[in-house]
Amino acid sequence: MDIGKEVSAETGRPGDVSTPSGRPAAASPIEFRLDAASGVPTYLQVVHQVEHALRLGYLKPGDQLPKVRDVVAALAINPNTVLKAYKELETKGLAAGRPGQGTFVQATLSQVALPELTGLHRSLLGWLASAEASGLDEDGMVALFTSALRDFFDRRGGSAGRRGAASGETEGVA
Amino acid sequence: MNIIEANGVSKRYGRTWALRECTLAVPGGHVAALVGPNGAGKTTLLNLVAGLSVPSAGAVTVLGCRPAGSPAALDGIAFVAQDTPMYKNLSAADMLHLTRNLNHRFDQHYARTRLGELDIPLKRKTGKLSGGQQAQLALTLALARHPRLLVLDEPMAMLDPLARHDFMASVMTAMVADGVSVVLSSHVLAELERVADYLIVMTRGRVQVAGEIDGLLASHRMLTGPAADLDRYAERPVVHVRRGEAQAHLLVRANADDPVPPGWQAHPVGLEELALAYLREPGAGALPGPARGRGIRPSEVTR
Repeated sequence: MDIGKEVSAETGRPGDVSTPSGRPAAASPIEFRLDAASGVPTYLQVVHQVEHALRLGYLKPGDQLPKVRDVVAALAINPNTVLKAYKELETKGLAAGRPGQGTFVQATLSQVALPELTGLHRSLLGWLASAEASGLDEDGMVALFTSALRDFFDRRGGSAGRRGAASGETEGVA
Repeated sequence: MNIIEANGVSKRYGRTWALRECTLAVPGGHVAALVGPNGAGKTTLLNLVAGLSVPSAGAVTVLGCRPAGSPAALDGIAFVAQDTPMYKNLSAADMLHLTRNLNHRFDQHYARTRLGELDIPLKRKTGKLSGGQQAQLALTLALARHPRLLVLDEPMAMLDPLARHDFMASVMTAMVADGVSVVLSSHVLAELERVADYLIVMTRGRVQVAGEIDGLLASHRMLTGPAADLDRYAERPVVHVRRGEAQAHLLVRANADDPVPPGWQAHPVGLEELALAYLREPGAGALPGPARGRGIRPSEVTR
């Protein structure tokens, strides 16, 4: 038992570790998955998936992130890894721990409403179709999009929108 | 609090030294992975921790200075040995009954609930259970004592991928619920990457590497560059060299912001790459305190 307290003392979030299993809890809107072959550290995969879900509107402020014990039971990963990811999200100001309850979304990354996102997604699919028709393969498309993205924001002199929009993906691409 | 401490521990079987002057301090709250080739002394070390044997020299303490094997230590430790040995002719219910009567603390309700959740038939003889069910039964018997340290020797060697996943999920869940610390030995490095956050590498009866995995990965880099420039690194803490005609890869002890010489590239390393490099270089070491890898000239592996 002491060790459980130690773990939680490090993260300052006692409730997260020892939430009673019997309590009926509102389930989190998202579930995590792991890609062992990606080479991205497990905790970063969790962070990225939360950011991704925030950006696409799957998660909204006030939503609960999956409970540590549920993540651990589903993915068979070390609870310290999940705590580290949640701590990182807290540091970024995206989530906050509530003692005895869990970790909750505090901010949002999606600046655009869902219908507009759908429209943008559709026009991007149109672009992809024309890129394929011109003979570009997937890697070519990624390269072209990435370089266009960089040009776009470089021309604007590093606008504020860039940090929120691209920080999660750059590590995966680089 | 250190969950395991070993001070100059040696263990001899007849004329063979299974352990030589092992010194180790594993903090609590971790999943510590013990890796090393066969015969490195992993099982010997785990047996000493569990109090199943006595060191020939030195001392092992567990759970914060309780001598290994003492009643206070045994009370807080659960040990699941290789291949989860059980009485094959007893039913699962009999094993439960037996374990309850042999231990002064045993959570019968927890054990029954868990076996029910896992759909393990209580009336079946343990010898007739599947490998995964036997492992889960052994784990349940161990966890029902609510130990503070769970010691697992090659727990997953006999299990299929699904049973491995479920077994580790059970261990990790116990860690969340009970705060149990875990030490486990395994040969499957890739599998450890998900669960372990503390690494102990053993070779030839000695502790070669010990530390938190985050710290170890942050303090090692793989440098790739021209083989002709290799001599530059003679004085640097190089762990392992792989060298081709033109290109060489060096695993070095260096931080992310350490300068990289012109013409060389630095890459972060993963757990598997790091552990393999040390296993190939039994002379190199990464232990807490002053870096002992410094000044060691690694043997060169030429391709």
